[in-house]
Amino acid sequence: MYQEKERPRWQNMLLSCSGIIVFLAIWQFVVSSGIVSTDKLVAPYTLCMTFIDKLSNVVPDGNTILVHIATSLKLVLAGFLLSCLIGVPLGLLMGFFKTFQALFSPIFEIVRPIPPLAWIPIVIVVFGIGMKSELFIIFVAAFVPCVINSYTGIQSTDPALLNVAKTAGASRMQMFFKVGVPSALPMVFVGIKVSFGSAWATLVAAEMIASSVGLGYMIQQGRQASRPDIVLLGMLVIGIIGGVLTGLLGLLEKKVIPWKKH
Amino acid sequence: MAEQPKIAVKDLTKVFDDLTVLDHVSFEINKGDFVCIVGPTGCGKTTFLNLLVKLIEPTSGEILIDNVPADPKKHNISFVFQEPSTFPWLTVEDNIKFNMKLKKMDKRTMNERTDEILRMIGLEEQRHLYPRDLSVSAEQRVVIGRSFAVYPDLLLMDEPYAQMDIKVRYYLEDEVLKLWKKTGSTVLFITHNIEEAVYLSQKCMIMSQKPTTVKEIIENPLPYPRNVSDPEFIQLRKSITKMIKWW
Repeated sequence: MYQEKERPRWQNMLLSCSGIIVFLAIWQFVVSSGIVSTDKLVAPYTLCMTFIDKLSNVVPDGNTILVHIATSLKLVLAGFLLSCLIGVPLGLLMGFFKTFQALFSPIFEIVRPIPPLAWIPIVIVVFGIGMKSELFIIFVAAFVPCVINSYTGIQSTDPALLNVAKTAGASRMQMFFKVGVPSALPMVFVGIKVSFGSAWATLVAAEMIASSVGLGYMIQQGRQASRPDIVLLGMLVIGIIGGVLTGLLGLLEKKVIPWKKH
Repeated sequence: MAEQPKIAVKDLTKVFDDLTVLDHVSFEINKGDFVCIVGPTGCGKTTFLNLLVKLIEPTSGEILIDNVPADPKKHNISFVFQEPSTFPWLTVEDNIKFNMKLKKMDKRTMNERTDEILRMIGLEEQRHLYPRDLSVSAEQRVVIGRSFAVYPDLLLMDEPYAQMDIKVRYYLEDEVLKLWKKTGSTVLFITHNIEEAVYLSQKCMIMSQKPTTVKEIIENPLPYPRNVSDPEFIQLRKSITKMIKWW
């Protein structure tokens, strides 16, 4: 396979920034030159102005953008962390111990294909309208990738490594903790990243459940008030925060799995 | 009084469906012996080692280590597999310590042994590197070092140098001898390379074609270090080759 020569880091950064600048310039040009009407698409410059305005203005959704961001972040992080705390150990145990697999696999296989949004009606009945229901929807969205990747990761542990531990006298628990879990870590992290993406992507839907604050709610309000700038701003902020947090997860991955080639 | 054997294999038989791999194999090995097992490809050498460490169960017969049925949880056993088996998430140093940690050895002994083994396998400077940064031969040295670090009562090696070129193999063979002499472990070394068997072993166990039995155990009286071009060495190699020939 052809392998490109590795570029210095600053060059990569410069290329990435150039990509964004060119994209924004084309977007601005398309709107400013009238190719697409300002009623249909808001220019990046206008979006910047809306952002600055929303730092202090609570119209039309009742809160400043920072309050929306903080609320959504809390919700997404809580749902995501909960899904990791339950999903990763469950996937690892299911992948390593046949008893756990036999016990949980059928339930998981039934729950797995249900789209997170299909839970909304029943969740409202059970948890009522509010934070608990939103949290549950995000949890469900983030839970499935966590379990699947942890399960697959530990199942693909090199049998030779398990045999090394076994022949050295390791117990089943020692084999799980000292060989299975570390060997599964790269896949676990893939699951964590995918699950974070799912949690963040489900935010808008979760905040549709009679929320009164949050980025999803802000987008809904912008739509109802016919403010495409608010809608686009909400989308963009979700995208940027998602990107930044995924980047931070990548840094954490490098710290936790220093032995993997990144 | 006669020395009590370290390993006693009695009537060991392994049958997979209707294929008899090992057929009433019996032999004894003394403490501290370096025994090479040679035999035709596919004769069941690896199956035999796997039986010794309970990776698979025998159909009949028994394996005793120090007069007690073999059990990796009770006995101090190490295994070097054919394929590279360093733990990619552990540094060279932590790989060496892996078996010692399983055995819950005290920290001081563990650190002393690690330093000693790293010095002997020549990887002191690479102690903080991960296996991904090592060559295949250096990786195999780590595996061998890890196995010897617990001073095992019994060390089983399953063609550990099969994938190495001849120069590296000579170097690693000398290294194994060095570690064996230092630790006093009993070593069972599988190889299909007869020269390697003559170079390393005190005894050569020759296996037959399937269904496998022990054809003969040959004493190797040549003094260490051995010279592969020595006429006596060549003579012994030739006679073993003759015994293995099944064609």
